[in-house]
Amino acid sequence: MARPGEPHQAAAILCDYLAELGGRELAELKNAAEVAIQVMGITFTVYSEGNMIDRAWPFDIVPRIIPLAEWQKTEAGLKQRVQALNLFIDDLYHGQKIVKDKVLPAEVLAQSANFRQQCVGIHPPNNIWAHICGSDIVRDKDGTLYVLEDNLRVPSGVSYMLENRNVTKRILPELFQTGRIQPVDDYTGQLYDMLVSMSPRPGDDPQVVVMTPGIYNSAYFEHSYLAQQMGVELVEGSDLVVDDDDVVHMLTVDGRKRVDVIYRRIDDLFLDPEVFNPESALGVPGLMRAWRAGKVALVNAPGAGVADDKVVYAFVPDIIRYYLDQEPLLANVPSYLCMRDKDRQYVLDNLDKLVVKPANESGGYGMLVGPHSTKKERKAFAELIKANPRNYMAQPTLKLSTAPTLIDDQLEPRHVDLRPFILSGKDSTYVTTGGLTRVALTKGSLVVNSSQGGGSKDTWIVDLK
Amino acid sequence: MLSRVAENIYWLARYLERAEDTARLINVTSNLLLDFPRTTRLDWDSLVTISGAEETFDEHYDNRSADNVLNFLCVDERYSGSIFSSLGYARENLRTTRDIMPREIWEELNTLYLDIHKQSGAGMSSRKRDAFMKRVIRSCQSINGVIEGSLSHTQVHTFLMLGRNLERADMTTRIIDVRSANLLPRSPEELTPFESLQWMSVLKSLTGYQMYRQQIRLRVNGPDVLRFLLQDDAFPRAVASCLGQMSFELEDLPGHENAQALVDKLLSQLINADLVALAHEPDVLHDFVDELQIAFNELHQSIADLYFSGRYRGQSQSQVA
Repeated sequence: MARPGEPHQAAAILCDYLAELGGRELAELKNAAEVAIQVMGITFTVYSEGNMIDRAWPFDIVPRIIPLAEWQKTEAGLKQRVQALNLFIDDLYHGQKIVKDKVLPAEVLAQSANFRQQCVGIHPPNNIWAHICGSDIVRDKDGTLYVLEDNLRVPSGVSYMLENRNVTKRILPELFQTGRIQPVDDYTGQLYDMLVSMSPRPGDDPQVVVMTPGIYNSAYFEHSYLAQQMGVELVEGSDLVVDDDDVVHMLTVDGRKRVDVIYRRIDDLFLDPEVFNPESALGVPGLMRAWRAGKVALVNAPGAGVADDKVVYAFVPDIIRYYLDQEPLLANVPSYLCMRDKDRQYVLDNLDKLVVKPANESGGYGMLVGPHSTKKERKAFAELIKANPRNYMAQPTLKLSTAPTLIDDQLEPRHVDLRPFILSGKDSTYVTTGGLTRVALTKGSLVVNSSQGGGSKDTWIVDLK
Repeated sequence: MLSRVAENIYWLARYLERAEDTARLINVTSNLLLDFPRTTRLDWDSLVTISGAEETFDEHYDNRSADNVLNFLCVDERYSGSIFSSLGYARENLRTTRDIMPREIWEELNTLYLDIHKQSGAGMSSRKRDAFMKRVIRSCQSINGVIEGSLSHTQVHTFLMLGRNLERADMTTRIIDVRSANLLPRSPEELTPFESLQWMSVLKSLTGYQMYRQQIRLRVNGPDVLRFLLQDDAFPRAVASCLGQMSFELEDLPGHENAQALVDKLLSQLINADLVALAHEPDVLHDFVDELQIAFNELHQSIADLYFSGRYRGQSQSQVA
């Protein structure tokens, strides 16, 4: 909504439709959606204290609407951003020109937790490192879209974007008849094509696999969903071996089968016990050797997470200017870097107004949301910041936009964000139509992560022409 | 197909079959008990012996009362062979292979598991026995129905069939073992009046009574029942039929020669068995069943070595393995 009570044009059809429904009908729709989610088995896994619980995916039936024209601008901005980030990562593992030219301070790189020395000098296929990027976007009260962060390690959520659409089609079929809602189901095809384009053996009907840490991982549903939708094997580390010629094979009933592209949904540090964590039973000994030798493509490339650092994030507009010689099309949220004396002082003086984030956490962990914090929490955070300034950055609390959301049998505004997924392949970059809209179901809350009680809704990119 | 997935699928089928057949084993015993005079030694005890879980049982229970044994075999999660545990393992295995199995199977198994989970809290007793066994057997049958009706005959199907038939052959021999040395009174005078009743209940527990009647048409007697359950190649729970099915399924897998040779050896052992002696000498029958079960283990090992380790690398090397 543009302003409370005043739907923008694209939302008009939806609002008219919902306005005709009473509370009871809305509740029935909500119930139908819950049943569909249960029957379709859309779950996410919460693992705690030795118990594994599959929870039904929390879903709000009211779609979020974005006009196509506006989306196209966002899409262009995302492509620009990811293109620059890929050039940036490649530079960091080769000449480090950007540091030499003093655009990125040397200490940011020196203290990066996700810079992998082991990746220096490696040329992954087509020089692409971040093949799949999930960027989080929010809209401030003034209507500006901001990129909140870029997830370049193993971003998840795309299966829920696809399933949200399937559920919505089941319960609101009437609204899809106008043909103005852009389809999203292209994604798994695009993903497969991108993966194939990374193969070290082009043309040879490459073998692509999805690699999962296993059923205890919270995103296991997604791993198995993507493998199934692409028609490829879902493997665990123990299913793969690397031979003396640095070739990766999977162990099948019919013998060993060469693997060309691994869409790995497992963190860098668990990939290869020979190179990283020797304790890791999730990875494959020799995998890095195979990758370095160019015998297998790893997606995303190890080390790509160096750009998935909330301090590096603050430099992305400069990175775009530096590598592409263009002005950024999408804005960053204004950020204060605690490593800068002046910024740090400001952060320490204004902890109650800011959101403070550690450089390398994900899933909403380890953050301080100033306005909702206690004095004691702020004091503890001040100590953390002083002890390790490079690890913290802060942003003003945005007045996040809201979307109408069904709470009990009423529509109420709730804060939302959006995670589009960007695929970078050999010849093309693809952005999902919209993305995964996450919604904070608790009144006034800004926390949208499903692991922290957030929900999600379908996202409609609507053509108004 | 990935070796790990093949192994999961194979065990999924074994666990499901084990759950169903444990329910059948309990049925045969309760039928026998109803028909038997109180003077005989046969008791619920025998089920603990057959399952080979005496140690585990004694660790957790003071005496072998009917309710204790039932609770142990049906819903005790501390015993890895209980119906509840078997279904739990089957469910975990299915969770990792949901992407390749028809969705109805997950729904059926999940519902059954959750129901039994509820039951496990309340414990099991003789009064609930019948409904419980029926529920388990029926659900396992409907899962098998979905497999037959909606799973393509790919390697997934092959490994399901291998697991199911091996477990089924094993469990049929265990059910036959109810009639063997460990369990029955020694003196023939004590036995004779109930002879055909006993064999009949063995048949019934395998839903084999009608089929037996159609095929044999005679009064139920020991050697014929054994022939039917061990050697028949048409009745799906007969050992020979299970092995024949395995031989047929193995044909589709690369490098199957060793495993198939084991199956063939077992089949000829079965065909040459002296059924009259087996039927009349419980000790000999027990030893024979023991031998079969050892052979089943070897067969399992040979399948596991070849296909679950990812070791198979082609014709020449498989012959060494």
